[in-house]
Amino acid sequence: MNLLTTFILAIREVRRHLLRSALTTLGIVIGVGAVILMVTLGRGAQAQVTSTISSLGRNLMILVPERAVRTGGGGSTAPFKMEDMLAIARDVPNAVVAPQAASSVLVIYGNESRPVGVTGIDNQWFVARDWKLSAGRTFSDAELRSGRPVCVIGATTRKELFKYQNPLGATLRIGKVSCEVVGLLEAKGASFGNDPDDVVLLPLQTYQRRIAGNRDIGMAWISARSSDDIAKVQADVTSLMHERRRLGPGEPDDFAVKDMKEISKTVGQVTTLLTAFLSSIAAVSLVVGGVGIMNIMLVSVKERTREIGIRMSIGAMEGEVMQQFLVEAVTLSVLGGLMGVAGGLLSSAIACHFIKLPFVLDFSIVVLAFVFSATVGVVFGYFPARQAARLDPIEALRYE
Amino acid sequence: MRPTPPSDPPPPGTLLELRNVTKIYGQGEVQVKALAGVDLRIARGEFVAVMGPSGSGKSTCMNLLGCLDTPTSGSYRFRGLEVGALSRDQRALLRRHYLGFVFQGFNLLARTTALENLELPMIYRGIPAAERHRHARAALQAVGLANREGHTPGELSGGQQQRIAIARAIVTNPDLILADEPTGNLDSARSVEIMELLVRLNRERGMTIVMVTHEPDMAAFARRIIHFRDGLIASDETSQP
Ligand SMILES: Nc1ncnc2c1ncn2[C@@H]1O[C@H](COP(=O)(O)OP(=O)(O)O)[C@@H](O)[C@H]1O
Ligand SMILES: [Mg+2]
Repeated sequence: MNLLTTFILAIREVRRHLLRSALTTLGIVIGVGAVILMVTLGRGAQAQVTSTISSLGRNLMILVPERAVRTGGGGSTAPFKMEDMLAIARDVPNAVVAPQAASSVLVIYGNESRPVGVTGIDNQWFVARDWKLSAGRTFSDAELRSGRPVCVIGATTRKELFKYQNPLGATLRIGKVSCEVVGLLEAKGASFGNDPDDVVLLPLQTYQRRIAGNRDIGMAWISARSSDDIAKVQADVTSLMHERRRLGPGEPDDFAVKDMKEISKTVGQVTTLLTAFLSSIAAVSLVVGGVGIMNIMLVSVKERTREIGIRMSIGAMEGEVMQQFLVEAVTLSVLGGLMGVAGGLLSSAIACHFIKLPFVLDFSIVVLAFVFSATVGVVFGYFPARQAARLDPIEALRYE
Repeated sequence: MRPTPPSDPPPPGTLLELRNVTKIYGQGEVQVKALAGVDLRIARGEFVAVMGPSGSGKSTCMNLLGCLDTPTSGSYRFRGLEVGALSRDQRALLRRHYLGFVFQGFNLLARTTALENLELPMIYRGIPAAERHRHARAALQAVGLANREGHTPGELSGGQQQRIAIARAIVTNPDLILADEPTGNLDSARSVEIMELLVRLNRERGMTIVMVTHEPDMAAFARRIIHFRDGLIASDETSQP
């Protein structure tokens, strides 16, 4: 009996016992699906990190009011003042500083409303973040100085509030403030689950006076002129702020200047590690799936004792009975693998959509999962198959 | 594979020969001597009925004849081959090519159509699908169930199932058909149908048939009747046609 015939018979057998086959292979489906899901999400996160790193072309740092983790753990501290920003702009060479203050506020247009990250900035912000407009204009000096109610909105905010209407010149309500849309940001794309395009930008003055009701500055973007300047700028800003925030010598900083590239790299490393970790857990579930196949194959051999007897009486040799059960096990596990691949890809596509990660199809992992599930079939099908092949034909025929 | 010639060569036409065959099950205290030294020669084309009380060794003998088992001592030659000296796989090949079985409990594969059941022995013989289907349909025709090829055993009566089983046994044109109480699960009308079928296969195709039965009515269809008692052949009578 050749392998093709055996395979055709195995398929028949699987079809004949659909429920049993489904149960047998469930473990493999879940195992393979989980591996694919984990790896795909991991790859998506890595792709995100990579694209974030390359989109940070501006040697960007952030200045935040929080203690560095190594000096005794996070926790936010007092916000910055405008004077701090002016001091940095004046005293730190080769740097652009862009202050911002932000909070989530309900933004209304017509019948549409949604909470959006409303952010007060000045025009340096566009420079530091290397972020251009797709339509309209940035703020004028007069608007910035006098805190006029004008805004620039992100692509997501625009889509959600305006659908297909032209937002330029329209008036939004931001909390209690009516505000004219003067510009539209280019879309950046989602990043780590938050959407940078869901944003409304106001002149800092406008934000502070009309929305926040204080003169706090939550953070600042600082961009160095070249990558060689990053370390120097970081050191300069640190010592300047140390002094300005009246910290004694040796006293730990209650703020941090973070290099975004470093952050992204760290996130990338963590992501890789996490992917490896989760994938190996998923791989364990694949082995568990294999044990499941073995269990049900053993039960199935018992259940089919009489069939085995019939086959032997008809002239099946040991090797052929063995081959039949092995091929059945492999067929089941490969079918399970296929369904797992399909399920895994589908669920990763859905997951990627919802947590806003790019969907990166890694073909090698699909092949690997497939090969692995076939191997699981061989390994865990071997013992039951041998059990079947060694049956005594007379006993098997008499089995009830 | 020419066999080594036995001490005194069997007469021409011999299909199988048992010489002083014993079969002992178990060890020590629980030892059972199922066959206690059986001598038997069956020629090609014979139709033999095997009778005897329960436990007298009929099935044990059939299992030996069918190469499903080997004697504890003595010699069993099938087509000149010493079966006791063959490996498991070699005996499987003998069954595949020269033997057909009919069981009391039909032993068809459940949830498998009549056609697929008939294909099974031919699959092991490596016969291509088209030819398998042709032979299977011919065999179904021969047992009068040509219109039932797509039915599974569950959809057929006992008599029909047994006829499918007979079709499966003859589909490969074996030298010997072994039937252990083939009518044991059937009513008498159905039993007679099965017997007539077997007689026809014996007459028209010259198939050698050995059949175990409890019923003298059924045994009467055979030309030769062997009685077993306590693991020995008590009588062996051939009636003239
Ligand atoms: N596998 C076995 N193990 C132990 N004893 C057996 C086995 N098969 C048959 N026997 C014994 O051998 C004797 C003959 O059995 P069997 O050939 O089945 O008789 P029959 O078919 O004539 O009723 C019986 O006593 C039976 O109990
Ligand atoms: Mg019996």
